[in-house]
Amino acid sequence: MSDNYRRFLRTAQLPHVWCPGCGDGMIVKALLEAIGELNLDQNKIAVVSGIGCSGRTPFILDFNTMHTTHGRALAFATGIKLANPELRVFAIMGDGDASAIGGNHFIHACRRNLDITALVFNNGIYGLTGGQLAPTTPVGKRSTTSTMGSIEQPFDLVRLALGAGAGFVARTTSFDHKRLTSSIKRAILHKGFSFVDILTSCPTYFGRMNDVAEPYDMVHYLRDTSSPLHDCTCGETDQPKAEVMPTGIFREEERADYEALYKQKIAAACGKRSVS
Amino acid sequence: MSKKRLIQGNEACAHAALYAGCNFYAGYPITPSSEVMEILSYEMPKLGRTFIQMEDEIASISAIIGAAWGGAKTLTATSGPGFSLMQEGLGYASITETPCVIVNCQRWGPSTGQPTKGAQGDVMQSIWGTHGDHAIIVVTASTVRDAFDMTVKSFNFAQQYRVPVVLLMDEVLAHMRENIDWPEPGDIEVIEAKRPADVKTYKPFANDEFLPFGHGARYHITGLAHGAEGFAVSDEAAARELKRMVGKVQDHVRDLALHDRYLLDDAELAIISYGITSRPAQSAVDLLRAQGIRAGLLSLKTLWPFPDFLIDEVAERVDTIVVPELNMGQLVREIGRAAGGRSQVIPVSRIDGHLLTPAQIADAAVAPFATSAGKVVRS
Ligand SMILES: Cc1ncc(C[n+]2csc(CCOP(=O)(O)OP(=O)(O)O)c2C)c(N)n1
Ligand code: SF4
Repeated sequence: MSDNYRRFLRTAQLPHVWCPGCGDGMIVKALLEAIGELNLDQNKIAVVSGIGCSGRTPFILDFNTMHTTHGRALAFATGIKLANPELRVFAIMGDGDASAIGGNHFIHACRRNLDITALVFNNGIYGLTGGQLAPTTPVGKRSTTSTMGSIEQPFDLVRLALGAGAGFVARTTSFDHKRLTSSIKRAILHKGFSFVDILTSCPTYFGRMNDVAEPYDMVHYLRDTSSPLHDCTCGETDQPKAEVMPTGIFREEERADYEALYKQKIAAACGKRSVS
Repeated sequence: MSKKRLIQGNEACAHAALYAGCNFYAGYPITPSSEVMEILSYEMPKLGRTFIQMEDEIASISAIIGAAWGGAKTLTATSGPGFSLMQEGLGYASITETPCVIVNCQRWGPSTGQPTKGAQGDVMQSIWGTHGDHAIIVVTASTVRDAFDMTVKSFNFAQQYRVPVVLLMDEVLAHMRENIDWPEPGDIEVIEAKRPADVKTYKPFANDEFLPFGHGARYHITGLAHGAEGFAVSDEAAARELKRMVGKVQDHVRDLALHDRYLLDDAELAIISYGITSRPAQSAVDLLRAQGIRAGLLSLKTLWPFPDFLIDEVAERVDTIVVPELNMGQLVREIGRAAGGRSQVIPVSRIDGHLLTPAQIADAAVAPFATSAGKVVRS
């Protein structure tokens, strides 16, 4: 680990908006370390976010950054990537952002397979708007709109992405810094759509509403409710258990990405066999 | 000698987009605009340009905005239900001063309405559909050749002023075929956005210069109120920025107010129309002239920013202004306001999915009991 990530910060925009104990900053650190370790060209990185606490990430990153509308980060990212394929495009989303209002864009991005890295900061609740129920809130967990506990079956974003055809699918937690950084690196290196579901902590709302208000307790909660794939018995059952979320790399299979296929289409339309 | 081609309004629009250098299209199929995307889906790859069919209209407009910041000249085309979904993106394009073009082939009614019947019911939505005060340009077309020219001009306005431009067509124009003079390259001016002289000091919201991502300046774009550098502001600074953005189009209304005049110089009665309705309106002028009434036509191509000064000139000179529209009276409100009581303003409306006829417009103009409350013509 180095201090290398600091050069990617817009220090003039600090301090950031996140609460003490919020997991989002830890994810950002891992992301910047992954970018630094892979020596990506700072000028050729575009970071696109939706709306939410997670959506505030691009403000403090010294890349080409775009804070878009709630749920649409991947649709904007699709345009950016297709218009300028030289750019390495990251989409940063909250869990509500990606799977409630942006659920449609999410599944289509998985199947379409543009070379974009999507990171979901999954805190199981709506942070920015003050702690309402998310499609990822576990059964029985409280939020300001489910004060008696959620009665809805939550989305398992990994399964959703696998079902929708994403080529790279991983899940980690924000407290497991090493695995988080290495998952992001592998996601970046994957040619095609890559998705990392990052379980993270919102002590302010999820924590306070669910008896884990101390940031330290929230980290323990994340540890106790997730388990690496190889020692987890919960991954392959049909009934997703909200209590224990498997973590690890669930799929890493390359297939022709959209850009490559579109190039072939151009070649065919121009009457040539190949332009690459 | 220029070529002639018998083509449809939507075809003209698609080819005009290519003529203007559009190299990114994202859209979602909807009647009566689908031909625009179908044509572009096979023409764009031939030119090495990008076409993508998105999962819905919210995604489509989001993608063209993203692509604009990726450096492309971008278009989407839709109709009522899709245009309603695009309001979110229009607001984002406006506050981020993103050059992009949205074609709306208007169809009848709210919701699904009548997909294959024309209307002019989306005028106010085009101007005010997205929330909050904002800058937007709204233009129209009335003939197939006009659909070509106005598509190119929509791209020009978008690039020059860094705003979303809505081109309002309608089902009839979209599907109508006319034999038009096919523009050769160079016949219609194509304008590109100004690039900053020095990329190192570029601030994305300091002026109308436009530098896409990845060209040497790293900056931030947001839909939050922001200052010249793209970072959030509030209070006085937010008010100042909003005024600047809206002023960008309002202060250039004279440059933006495209229009045609027909026999207006000696007119005592003026018809003010736009879009497809300008065609029967022009014939109505001839009918009225044949009856000895000195009628004239002001055909507006730019609806927003609203050209008050043009209405002013007309209201100074005529006693009566007739405003035919395929809706229950939308632009007539702006025209009435701008006329400021100097002329009697008579709305003529038709809402059965068919075009107004010249006789209907002429009759309404001379109806002895016509009042400023207007008269709804039913067929
Ligand atoms: C169209 C629209 N609807 C609602 C909102 C209000 N809103 C802002 S963020 C948010 C949800 C935030 O939760 P999440 O996406 O999980 O991100 P987090 O804040 O937890 O990072 C909502 C509902 C909005 N900005 N736009
Ligand atoms: S509300 Fe929750 S997610 Fe948002 S900054 Fe605070 S702790 Fe983080």
